[in-house]
Amino acid sequence: MDLALDMNVHNLVSQLVAGMVTSIEIFLLTLLFSLPLGLFIAFVRMSKNSFLQFLAKVYISVMRGTPLMLQLMVVYFSPFYIFGVKITPSYRFIAVIIGFSLNYAAYFAEIYRAGIESIAPGQWEAAQLLGYSKAATFFRIIFPQVIKRILPPVTNEVITLVKDTSLAFVIAVSEMFTQAKAIAAAQANIMPFVAAGLFYYVFNVLVAFVMGRIEKKLSYFN
Amino acid sequence: MSLLEINHLKKKFGELEVLKDISLKVEKGRVLSIIGPSGSGKSTLLRCAVLLEDVDGGEVIYNGKAAVREDKDKNTLVKADKRTLKEVKNCFGLVFQNFNLFPHMNVMQNLTDARIHVKRAGRAEAQADARELLKKLGLSDKEDSYPSQLSGGQQQRVSIARALMQKPDILFFDEPTSALDPELTVEVLKVIKALAKEKMTMVIVTHEMAFAKEVSDEIIFMENGYIVAQGSPYEVFEGDNERVKEFIGKLTSGA
Repeated sequence: MDLALDMNVHNLVSQLVAGMVTSIEIFLLTLLFSLPLGLFIAFVRMSKNSFLQFLAKVYISVMRGTPLMLQLMVVYFSPFYIFGVKITPSYRFIAVIIGFSLNYAAYFAEIYRAGIESIAPGQWEAAQLLGYSKAATFFRIIFPQVIKRILPPVTNEVITLVKDTSLAFVIAVSEMFTQAKAIAAAQANIMPFVAAGLFYYVFNVLVAFVMGRIEKKLSYFN
Repeated sequence: MSLLEINHLKKKFGELEVLKDISLKVEKGRVLSIIGPSGSGKSTLLRCAVLLEDVDGGEVIYNGKAAVREDKDKNTLVKADKRTLKEVKNCFGLVFQNFNLFPHMNVMQNLTDARIHVKRAGRAEAQADARELLKKLGLSDKEDSYPSQLSGGQQQRVSIARALMQKPDILFFDEPTSALDPELTVEVLKVIKALAKEKMTMVIVTHEMAFAKEVSDEIIFMENGYIVAQGSPYEVFEGDNERVKEFIGKLTSGA
């Protein structure tokens, strides 16, 4: 009896841990893709070409204006419904990463844009007078200042992302929350939910700590 | 051949004609000051000269190389090709009213970054030049400071040093002391005077009349997009142009 219970607990924990790993993977991969993609979209959004600008506006509007859960479903099912491609189980996780990255890039794009537009035009002009190319001006002069300014809103988004990873359940990717729900249902016990809540909270405390450290590191200039 | 030659320069912002027909020449080693009331087009003229603004007509020529010139037959503007433009841009530097130092770089990096990463000069060489300049400007102990840790006067001196690092043939100043209190103004003006003594070619937009009178070889008085008076400091300040008299009178009477 005791042995059976032990086995059970061990099983539960390993299931929860597997869910955690999936959540962390979704989190890291989403940041990896959405942060650069967001910068790219911000550039398109600020483009002098009004058609490109319009495209970026529509993209951002749709990504922000519809539920992420629905977007995940669209990314997951559309290969089959539009192209007739058979959906394999391994595509689930990929679909989650694509959906999250596309969605978060829209939010990051607007944060980047706000940051870039907040830099005084004089910085661009001074760099131009010193012979910097547009690209060099951006990456050596403007972007470091932008990063410092956008850290607080980026931290907000990143923390939201931690919690949003639970939405992956909609296309049956077993992240942390899905596992907790399954176990709780099977055991008629709410402890898995408590464990899940604790996981998200500790994760976010960690995120806030790391972002705080970066902010501190950048506090050497105004 | 003049170091800088501007012919019949015209600039519009929408319907507003800011520069109507400006011609001037700056010879090597000379100091030209541009004075006049706010909104007369002084700063716009400077911004056109350093190619921060596109002009709507006229010519801007450095050392005989045109950055922009008028095609007389077709009545259109011709911009220099990329290579010529690069050569032209190497001729000049600009000191801004509000410094525009790079806040995330310390003084040494502000001075050397363009030399190292744009002109591909050696770090050691660039730093040696920077230290020499900082010493000259009395900023030797500030090379590790960040702009926010410096007074306005120090920041402006750093920005002058940064412009000088590019070894320009001609240095433009856009109201270099307007953001400074009188005490800090003095320390920046001292630096500009020292540069004039070394025969640095300079064009200075300023509201400091006494300074302009002292440092300049030539003065231009601008109003409403035109040059109203032009000549030696004596000719302009002691001349009989009523508008100039009125302007200078107002400034010196402290009203």
